[in-house]
Amino acid sequence: MSTRTLVSPAQLARPRGKAVYRTVFGLVVTGFTLVFLGPLYWMISSGFKDSQEVVRTPPTWVPQSFAPDNYSRAWEVMDLSTLLFNTLYYAFGALAFQLVLDVAAAYALSKLRPVLGKAILGMMLATLMIPATVLVVPQYLTVLDVPVVQRNLLDTPWAIWLPSVTNAFTVFLLKRFFDSIPQEILDAAAMDGASPVRILWSIVLPVSRPILGVVSIFAVVGIWKDFLWPMLTLPDPSKQTLNVGIYSLSNGVPVNVLIAALTIASLPTLLLFLVFQRNIMSGLTAGGLKG
Amino acid sequence: MSAPSLTKTPAGTSRRTAPPRPAGRPSRSERFSRGLRRNLTAHGFLIGAVLCFAVFSWYPMIREFFLAFQKTEAGGTHWVGLDNLRTVVNDPAFWQAWRNTLLFTLLALLIGFAVPFLVAIVINEFRHGQGYLRLLVYLPVMLPPVASVLLFKYLYDPGYGLLNEILRFLHLPEQQWLQDPDLAMPSVVIAATWMNMGGATLIYLAALQGIPGELYEAAELDGAGLLRKIWHVTIPQTRLILSLMLLMQIIATMQVFIEPFLLTGGAGPEGSTTTVVYLIYQYAFNFNNYGAAAALGLLLLVLLAGFSAAYARLSRARDE
Repeated sequence: MSTRTLVSPAQLARPRGKAVYRTVFGLVVTGFTLVFLGPLYWMISSGFKDSQEVVRTPPTWVPQSFAPDNYSRAWEVMDLSTLLFNTLYYAFGALAFQLVLDVAAAYALSKLRPVLGKAILGMMLATLMIPATVLVVPQYLTVLDVPVVQRNLLDTPWAIWLPSVTNAFTVFLLKRFFDSIPQEILDAAAMDGASPVRILWSIVLPVSRPILGVVSIFAVVGIWKDFLWPMLTLPDPSKQTLNVGIYSLSNGVPVNVLIAALTIASLPTLLLFLVFQRNIMSGLTAGGLKG
Repeated sequence: MSAPSLTKTPAGTSRRTAPPRPAGRPSRSERFSRGLRRNLTAHGFLIGAVLCFAVFSWYPMIREFFLAFQKTEAGGTHWVGLDNLRTVVNDPAFWQAWRNTLLFTLLALLIGFAVPFLVAIVINEFRHGQGYLRLLVYLPVMLPPVASVLLFKYLYDPGYGLLNEILRFLHLPEQQWLQDPDLAMPSVVIAATWMNMGGATLIYLAALQGIPGELYEAAELDGAGLLRKIWHVTIPQTRLILSLMLLMQIIATMQVFIEPFLLTGGAGPEGSTTTVVYLIYQYAFNFNNYGAAAALGLLLLVLLAGFSAAYARLSRARDE
């Protein structure tokens, strides 16, 4: 860190400053490790306890029994492979829909600027003003019987994919980024005879990689973490997501199997996070706040 | 440079300054047909997203208003005026749900708003280990929420839970946590904060790193101590982001649902964790009373509209 922060470097260089710094640093690092990794340790280790030990009072800090078959039982009993596959299917399908439809819309709003474009953007942004949980009820009724086409989307992936496109924040982020691409470059390409699709594909998308990354992460994580909407629209147990499936089976399985299932469910995102932590965390602050 | 007339339409791309028109200026009808083509292309790009918004956002938004004043029975749907609203307000759970929701918001702000800011200030001072600490606070944000919540349910268990074991270890009295009407809501808040504080912390850290160091130096020359530097430099410099986060957290926490729903089954001991959104959920999906659900939703919407509007204005100010 080269920039100067709250505490002056001179103060830190003094022996007393150094001591205070070391103490605070040690306390914070220990405290954070306990608070944030402690529950995870408890989860993983409890997943190895046998069915008596896991509900023993007082609990054991280190497992005395070793029952790794909790994990295989959790995998089978809760049909985690299906749940995992479903979740990935919904998440990446939603990602594809958002990337195609929202990118196209943002491009049109930013660069093609049609009549009524501003009004459409305004109406999209207006949806951000409505609390999401308030819209759940009329949205659910809409999914039951989609107007005009008269289809019931319950238990189909469309119930997840199509509403995921209505993410005004994504459209806004994309449009704001596209706005920053100089119009001159696009005009030059247009004069060389490039069609709007070609311009989008060969010029806009390549320079927009950072924002596409951010938006993709938001899209996948959003579906991955969603609970209420998939619970309502995918009641069929064989179509459920990881979140909903584990919740609906949580009362029917032994505690140690449930905890093992939680560990398994947490692993994919933990791994993904450890691999992509830089992109995910910088994406969060770059995308900034909503709106 | 010849006139790139395809960017000039009656609709007006006002961004560019019009270049001097050469002799071969396109005729009016030619310009019109180009403009039309450009508009058709643009709407072709928009149509997919607009259809999705129309069906899954705009139509439900309108429907929410209709639902709130209608009743659907076997005989069909008819207007009932304020009947739904009356049903909702006369429900004994109504005031309790609002009280609980406000309590949750208040506690969540006390813990969930202040703690991440302080944490960010402290982390920002460290010369090493920042990456590790960021990773730790953000870790729970990435977990599937059901996993975190059910894990907390296990930690909160009065008998075999970790939290009571820690209290026993410290020789403090054991607690009933989620089974205790007074402690159920704070327990929910603690779990929610653990799950969600990572995002706020990282946003504050980014804001803190944008503060020019000279301001601190200037404050030191004026003899300011640590707390006065925080008060007179750090907070004013991050005020905009702090207010945005405050508004966003109010809007989000007033809609709390999943944490109480999973931790205490929604209502909790003596209804102590019934929240407004849980009540909406109950009306709609347990009692099939969509009218009441919409009426209560409308109340929540009206209450949060002020916060949403303030948020929209502030974030526009931030962009400029």
